[in-house]
Amino acid sequence: MERRAFLKCGACALVALAGPPRFLVRTAAAAAAKGKVLVAVFQRGAVDGLSMVMPYGDPGYGAARSSIALQPPKTGEQDRAVDLDGFFALHPALTPLVPLWENRSLAVVHACGSPDTTRSHFDAQDYMESGTPGVKSTPDGWLARAAKALPATPAPFRAVAMGPTLPRALQGDAGAVAMQSIERFDVRAADQTAGRGFESLYAQGVRDLLSGTGRETFEAVKMLKAANAARIAPANGAAYPRGPFGEAMKQIARLIKANVGLEVAFADIQGWDTHVGQGAEQGRLALRLRDFGGALAAFAQDLGDRMADVVVLTMSEFGRTVAENGNRGTDHGHATAMLALGGPLRGGRVYARWPGLARAGLFEARDLPVTTDFRTLFTEVATRHLGVAPTTLFPGWTAPAPPLGLFG
Amino acid sequence: MSRLALALAVLGVLAGGGAVATSVGAGTDGAAPRPAPAPRDDDRAILHALSRLTFGPRPADLERVRALGLQAWIERQLRPETIDDAATERALADLASLRMSIPEALRAYPRPDPRMREKLESGQLTRQDMLEMYPPEKRPARLTAELQAAKVLRAVTGERQLHEVMVDFWFNHFNVFAGKGDVRWYVAAYERDAIRPRALGKFPDLVRATARHPAMLFYLDNWLSAREDFVVAAGPNRGRRAGLNENYARELMELHTLGVDGGYTQKDVREVARAFTGWSIERPQAVGRFVFRPAMHDTGEKVVLGQRLRVLGGAADGERVLDILTHHPSTARFVATKLARRFVADTPPSALVERVAATYTRTDGDVKAMLRTIVEAPEFWSEDAYRAKVKTPLEFVASAVRALSASVDARGAFELARASAEVGQPLYQAEPPTGYRDTAEAWVNTGALLARMNFALALVSGRYASVGVDLGPLVAGADRRQPAAVLDRLLAALVVQPTPETRAVLAEQLSNPRITRLTPDDRGPADTDVARLAALVIGSPEFQRR
Repeated sequence: MERRAFLKCGACALVALAGPPRFLVRTAAAAAAKGKVLVAVFQRGAVDGLSMVMPYGDPGYGAARSSIALQPPKTGEQDRAVDLDGFFALHPALTPLVPLWENRSLAVVHACGSPDTTRSHFDAQDYMESGTPGVKSTPDGWLARAAKALPATPAPFRAVAMGPTLPRALQGDAGAVAMQSIERFDVRAADQTAGRGFESLYAQGVRDLLSGTGRETFEAVKMLKAANAARIAPANGAAYPRGPFGEAMKQIARLIKANVGLEVAFADIQGWDTHVGQGAEQGRLALRLRDFGGALAAFAQDLGDRMADVVVLTMSEFGRTVAENGNRGTDHGHATAMLALGGPLRGGRVYARWPGLARAGLFEARDLPVTTDFRTLFTEVATRHLGVAPTTLFPGWTAPAPPLGLFG
Repeated sequence: MSRLALALAVLGVLAGGGAVATSVGAGTDGAAPRPAPAPRDDDRAILHALSRLTFGPRPADLERVRALGLQAWIERQLRPETIDDAATERALADLASLRMSIPEALRAYPRPDPRMREKLESGQLTRQDMLEMYPPEKRPARLTAELQAAKVLRAVTGERQLHEVMVDFWFNHFNVFAGKGDVRWYVAAYERDAIRPRALGKFPDLVRATARHPAMLFYLDNWLSAREDFVVAAGPNRGRRAGLNENYARELMELHTLGVDGGYTQKDVREVARAFTGWSIERPQAVGRFVFRPAMHDTGEKVVLGQRLRVLGGAADGERVLDILTHHPSTARFVATKLARRFVADTPPSALVERVAATYTRTDGDVKAMLRTIVEAPEFWSEDAYRAKVKTPLEFVASAVRALSASVDARGAFELARASAEVGQPLYQAEPPTGYRDTAEAWVNTGALLARMNFALALVSGRYASVGVDLGPLVAGADRRQPAAVLDRLLAALVVQPTPETRAVLAEQLSNPRITRLTPDDRGPADTDVARLAALVIGSPEFQRR
């Protein structure tokens, strides 16, 4: 990698915050804070980071993609990529996120990914969720370890995944809840008898995993009812896109507004594996991004001032090839772009040690190299925002200094 | 007297608890003759065996096993070919894709044309046009749905229960994920041709059959793995450099044979991957058959776990690696641990694991022999093992339907497969090569427990339209005006032996006017809501265990 350009935006972020003592002091202070929430969003299938956040200032981008490259941004033109900083631009389908960029609550971390080089979706997802690249046998997920390391609170909704099963990231002994929706998180019968019957059945007997969880279940159900969570509607005119991801983000916002002690939430969104007919400003990728960006923007709008306590972190198992393939799509690559969104962030910047798209500098001469380990980003968010001690998050790994500086 | 009978006799099989398994130190092999009480096939032992070796007892099973004798019943289950299962086969007839060869499946369920979506979005094609051109029953997703329904049908109505348990177990051990590329078209053939015929056979045969199957070759990428300097000579990828793919090699050792701590190194992973180069798939989207491609094969020297492979072995390199791995003591221990975890406890007793591993080594991985070692083991019959396992969602759904003696056809099986997904286990959808986990904490969380309770309520109230539930016969003979009698009859029918505490809580529910309906003039009980009681039993902590 002979030509490694330090971009203005990335460089200042990396250089400005070299003082570790301040960082540690802040971590300790953050631990005492209440009501902080981290929402992790997994883009399953490997999103094309290069078209999600397009490096239009790099001549390699357009050159490698004859039919699917986005047009560079142009002032006054609609339906074109939106300039961020003179080098990067946001895919036009993510236009709903632009106000968040402008008010500096949206940050982009580019050329980010895993040091493991697998191009297998499930291996790479497994590694990103366990937080241990290359190690399959890790029993728990990094978010579960984060939740577990938080100062003990008895809240049954401390860690919640939207969906029928716990994702790998939340497996472990953090007492995480998998739920499909608040409405369905109840005993569904015409009268209360059934619920009370089940409750008494789980109230008796030994304190084992099953009855212990049973008791938590009914506490949780009551808590949601007491908070009237099912009646909380989107606020501030927020309109979530229809579909599972919009619904999941809406449910998470309701849990936050219901004040049921949520600290870590997880949602995922499928459909990023654009091997064929990826499209450019319009097309398959654009449709997914519209859903993705629309839901994130609605979430921020819905929460309003409460976003000051919330960080949304997006991730994907890897990126896609710099060059388009023979099917007007892209194949499995290496680094991608991740977004961090929320009140306390130093947003309005792209944090990237940009390796450049010249072929000689690419990973295996085809993919965007990883210049920021995903664990560096995850560690910074979990420690600075939630106040988790860094040592427990990623066993056997230490974040390199200095930090990215996402939190000033 | 066979060793199983002896074990049952010596142990007094769970005879009311308490007196069991305290003095059983020696392994069954050296079990000293003791004054043996008469073999007691008591109900508790029968229920334990039924709950471990089947997808849950049906009301009539208890009586059937009593009549046959527990030992004879187990032996019969170990010889599925002697069990008539024509009714299940008839029910499966509606699921045509199960019988298709891979090329037939590829032809019958073509993949969607990517241009179709574009046409739909641009308005060139209406939704109606698309539905006509491409009806749901012809879409590839149907393949997975039929496979799911078949699993539920066999679990619920099949008579060869232990065989079915083992098919499920080995599929999970050699997991493939239908959602990865072409695997969807291969999964039915994979289970039918590679797993099912060997589920009670020899473990090394299972490894060999899965290694060559296109489902595994595709799922773990081996079909693309080539010697380092290989350049594709023809076809759409002409000129592209391919190289070594370690995926299968790693999982073969970590998950199929040796186990993660089984004593292999990263160097071994590469050597094994090199040995398997050239094991590929002939035209994956048209033929889907194993092919060895000599041009992709790495002909260099290979050393696996310290053993040098014969030079220029070609396709035999892979076979030799499988020999080495399946004869390794780590494999014996790893397979023994997983079997003991499935049949005995989440953390299986190490003495039992050692004995099962010894059986593996002695019998060249004979599955029946290993199962015999398990059911003859005092650990299997110990109090600690009784109800020690939490049911997986599939086991929970199937056992509930079996306990109610509900009737299920293919359509009902589709509904129940969706129920299994709602409770947390979408069948054939485990994405990682580890498959689904076989320990309680994987399945017990608040959302999942609620889903189980809601399934119980929905099932008894007939909300699964194609699952025939008739509670009447279950409580036949009990006077509905005597709620306590109804409860006892129901508990017996559902073959649940509740703890005294659970029995007491259920009895308390009887005072609820919703469950015990009084006569209009309040003179006393008029009827008992059997459905509601049954739902409580199925949603109770006891019923989540097996």
